[in-house]
Amino acid sequence: MKSDIKLINNEGKRNDGRGPKDIRKIKIEAGVLHRADGSCYLEWGGNKILVAVYGPREAVPRHTQNPLKANVQARYNMAAFSVEDRKRPGPDRRSVEISKVISEALEKIVLTEQFPRASIDVCIEVLDAEAGTRCAGLTAAGVALIDAGIPMRDIPVACAAGKINGQVVLDLGKEEDNFGDADLPIAISPRTGEVLLLQMDGHLTYDEFNEAFDLAVQGCHKISEIQKKAIMDKYQNAAAEVNE
Amino acid sequence: MTIVPIIKRDYIIKLAEQGKRIDGRDFVNYRKIEIETNVVNKAEGSARVKIGNTQVLCGIKMGIGEPFPDTPTTGVMSTAAEFVPMASPDFESGPPREDAIELARVVDRGVRESQVIQLEKLCITPGEKVWLVFIDIHILDYDGNLFDAASLAALAALLTTKVPVSRFLKDLNERDRDSWQERLLELYTIPGIDEVAFGTDVANKNPIEDFPLPMIEPPVSCTAVKINDFILFDPCFDEEIIADVRLTVATDHNGDIRAMQKGLSGSFSREEIQKVIKGALDNGQEIRKILSHSIGK
Repeated sequence: MKSDIKLINNEGKRNDGRGPKDIRKIKIEAGVLHRADGSCYLEWGGNKILVAVYGPREAVPRHTQNPLKANVQARYNMAAFSVEDRKRPGPDRRSVEISKVISEALEKIVLTEQFPRASIDVCIEVLDAEAGTRCAGLTAAGVALIDAGIPMRDIPVACAAGKINGQVVLDLGKEEDNFGDADLPIAISPRTGEVLLLQMDGHLTYDEFNEAFDLAVQGCHKISEIQKKAIMDKYQNAAAEVNE
Repeated sequence: MTIVPIIKRDYIIKLAEQGKRIDGRDFVNYRKIEIETNVVNKAEGSARVKIGNTQVLCGIKMGIGEPFPDTPTTGVMSTAAEFVPMASPDFESGPPREDAIELARVVDRGVRESQVIQLEKLCITPGEKVWLVFIDIHILDYDGNLFDAASLAALAALLTTKVPVSRFLKDLNERDRDSWQERLLELYTIPGIDEVAFGTDVANKNPIEDFPLPMIEPPVSCTAVKINDFILFDPCFDEEIIADVRLTVATDHNGDIRAMQKGLSGSFSREEIQKVIKGALDNGQEIRKILSHSIGK
């Protein structure tokens, strides 16, 4: 998808004013829903994502139960009004694939062996979309799982790097995703550096891949701090309310 | 149905006999209503409505398409509701079930039959091109009274909708543009246009610019349920699942009734229906104020 559209100027400033290694503005809030066991609202640039977690609860239908561990079932869904041209409600091939890779990433990090025959359901709703929704969804899912009190090895976090006009940059925006040269979303366990999700499309050399990968990992670590702060804020506020 | 609602039923009735409700409200009072508009940038209009813990998000998308053959000069609207599994442990993914379809149809009727959207003003070229209005309702958190929350969200979203003329201009040929320009001029010179309470900008006659969806003052719906002989407005989840019968009444700013829907298998007497209508009129006034305030009027 190479094109001549100028996405980064000679001073290294991108069209939205960011430098090559800057992420878009991120806001995370934990515990925003009443019915869900855990929830998280996340704004990342123009993305608005809401995640609810239910469980661990009995997996239904019964034949899906695993006698040794819990199933982690993520459902990525885009609202009809979240994109430029209305999207028909319901799952399509893209959202089924994203649901699958996110489920697999979370399965690695959740202590599933503690809940045989159970299901942990993660509903990811994209309310407003602007490039990088799978990373935003997975990052929000990490916070929602914590909010639900699900035991995990770490808080999973995701971020993408990519290449625009031949230069490796962090966290692609809408234009950069559409007209850039490559996109590399990854999710990691920040404590150990294990890679939980990795996809790539476009064109990267071996050296560019290494550079993009390292940059995405750095991005993940920055976002990880925002995640932790959101969780701390929730419990601090709860403590303040109790003291009142 | 499990045993829990039966125990809760006893509890709710016992409280009602003392004139109380589980969350401390009066029988006729609503929970706190919050409306936030323009929450989704990609949508032409959007609103998030909270009634107590119930949370609903509505987004409006618009497009250009063919009119129905029997109404060649009116725009087309359609409403869909998604009960996403996020909102309740009992909601499952998959095609919409009957409760989601009922909700979408009740909201659709409320908007369509009261002619809140002036669909006849959304024609570009008669018989060929009209504006399409898609109302999509996302239930985010379910704590009862989805009917009121969903219809309020739809109204607030519609009232903040801008017709995306600039984005779709490339889809229009010369003839469409001329026809549209002509019809747009007509749109703003229709006698009595000054009476339109919401969203007309007379100075803005340029068809290239986005303009507010032509609307008239909408009716507001209020829902009450009956449990034994008690009439409770704005039921929360625990009240709703044990209710015998439900009635939704939509009233307009003149104090007239514009739509009704009875639900569930119980029954009402004439006096009870009158009581619900009176309550709907009073609450409707208040909700109308909150709605006007939320869209900056």
